[in-house]
Amino acid sequence: MSTTLNRVGAEQLALDLRTKRSWRSTKSQLMVALMFLAFIVILIPLIAVIGTVVSKGAGIVFRDFPAWFTKGIPGRTRVVGPGMGPAIIGTLVITGAASLLAIPLGILGAVYLHEYGRQSKPAQVVRFLSNVMTGVPSIVMGLFVYVIFTLRFGLSGVGGSLALACLMLPVVIRSTEEMLRLVPDHLREASYALGTRKGRTVLTIVLPSALPGVVSGCLLAVARAAGETAPLLFTIGLITKKANLNIFSGANTTLSAQIFRNAGEVLPGPQERGWGAAFTLVAIAFLFTIIARLVTSAYQKRR
Amino acid sequence: MTAINTSSPSPDTSSVTGNDIATLERGLHASGGSADRAFKSTAYLAGGLVLLVLGLVTYTMVNRSTDAWSHMGLDFFTSRTWNPPEQVYGILSYIFGTVYTACIALVISVPLSLGIALFITQVAPRWLQRTMTYVIDLLAVVPSVVFGLWGVLVLSVHIKGFYTWMSSTFDGVPVLGSVFGPNPQGRSFFTAGIILAVMITPIIVSLSREVIQTTPQNEKEAALALGATRWEMIRGAVLPHSKGGLVGAVMLGLGRAMGETIAVALVIGSATGRIGLNVFAGGNSMPAVITAEWGEADVLKKSALIAMAVTLFVMTILVNVIATTVVNRSMKKTRGI
Repeated sequence: MSTTLNRVGAEQLALDLRTKRSWRSTKSQLMVALMFLAFIVILIPLIAVIGTVVSKGAGIVFRDFPAWFTKGIPGRTRVVGPGMGPAIIGTLVITGAASLLAIPLGILGAVYLHEYGRQSKPAQVVRFLSNVMTGVPSIVMGLFVYVIFTLRFGLSGVGGSLALACLMLPVVIRSTEEMLRLVPDHLREASYALGTRKGRTVLTIVLPSALPGVVSGCLLAVARAAGETAPLLFTIGLITKKANLNIFSGANTTLSAQIFRNAGEVLPGPQERGWGAAFTLVAIAFLFTIIARLVTSAYQKRR
Repeated sequence: MTAINTSSPSPDTSSVTGNDIATLERGLHASGGSADRAFKSTAYLAGGLVLLVLGLVTYTMVNRSTDAWSHMGLDFFTSRTWNPPEQVYGILSYIFGTVYTACIALVISVPLSLGIALFITQVAPRWLQRTMTYVIDLLAVVPSVVFGLWGVLVLSVHIKGFYTWMSSTFDGVPVLGSVFGPNPQGRSFFTAGIILAVMITPIIVSLSREVIQTTPQNEKEAALALGATRWEMIRGAVLPHSKGGLVGAVMLGLGRAMGETIAVALVIGSATGRIGLNVFAGGNSMPAVITAEWGEADVLKKSALIAMAVTLFVMTILVNVIATTVVNRSMKKTRGI
């Protein structure tokens, strides 16, 4: 009897100390609700864009199945029906060549920053400028490659790759340096204690232990580069619809270029091809992102 | 920022290790083998590549644009007449369009981004944190040309009704009446601003998250222990602490918005010489003009377009340099280095 009384007393005391439903706590909850609302608001365009791309693009991609991937782009614009093979090949080849240029150089740049330069003045300058370079508009990089490359050698896939590589380089440097920073110093010390030289230590100890993070950073950079359009305008041209496997000469085409062209059309045929190309491009970009995530999470689990 | 390793026995030794390993390496590798030296110089060259590319961009682009500068003089910046057949190239209205759309994008994106970043870092449980981060990152993966396609074929068609309603609602109201002005167009500054806002939100969110997460846990707990509600804790501890970094994050978003090309080119409406507050009017921005007019340009016009790219380059670089400096400084201050 007395214990229950006590408990009741304690509960009342506790209730007295806390103010019930004050304006302050309501305000706090209101702000939290607004923050969540912000998330919902940004979901609307995301769902709208992906939903439209899937609903308008998936049809043409999967109708008489391999045709979309194997057939050429119809020469006459008003023709209805599939065919985006050249653009898919172009995207893969040009982005691939850009990755071959930017990824090794970017990783080496990060090795310079974190393993050799560290906090020295030149390294700090390079680090700062590489951050700044991330913000250079893609169209400026495109014009730059036009001026130094395309003017001399003409439109070609390589020009596009060069422009994309310039855009990827600072991204790769940045993400790789973050990953190198996570490699503990005692690994390096152990390697030195065994008499290994620095270059070999970097190649056989430091880079392999940072590899999953580096790979996922690079994949994200590739996913972004595959969607770039502006720098390609000046370097591979926008006119051609033909496949061109020789990236060293002649105009070329990519999915992004085809989307841009077809976005200005009013007829249903080209518009549908534009949506189909958008579907394909988004699928490629998402695929790379998902692989990057899987690599990261597999690595985290292993640790 | 020395290489602080997480797995070393105690924080005291780990902070020393950063210096130690540099000393150690200097002693050990004073005379490296030839392969070692070759690797080292390759790494140095790769680091120097950044300087080389940025230097070359500046030099070659300025070099190519001299024709336009000498032809137009200062009028290049101060005139709003862009008339290629008469060889008159004034880019004032395009500078205005670039800045105005970027500002509209910021007005929409900043409250959203800050809200999302605060929710992810301060409110959401761990599983929700990860899911929300993935979802926001998905936005960053959608290529800009896809946003442009959606903007021109879907958004600009369906949003016109809303614009008309806004325009008639604010008709006659002093300032808002001219901002939400008459004759709304589907392809306009505002449509471009919406698309840009969607595109820069993931960038601002991810940077803000990083900045906000540097708020010391004990300051937040102190605020809560004093009886602050969650919002009061955010206002009293988190926001003052990360103010500098947040400003930097927003500026990086601004830089990105100014340089965005394809999506804007498709939805901005491509109207020349338009300078005015009306957000529902069509206009043009520098990258959009370069994209649209490059194809049939003669030598002088190409030079003018490159000069416009140089202007854009300088503007974005300035914004980025300031932003990076602000972020670096605030990070340094919070990490106490």
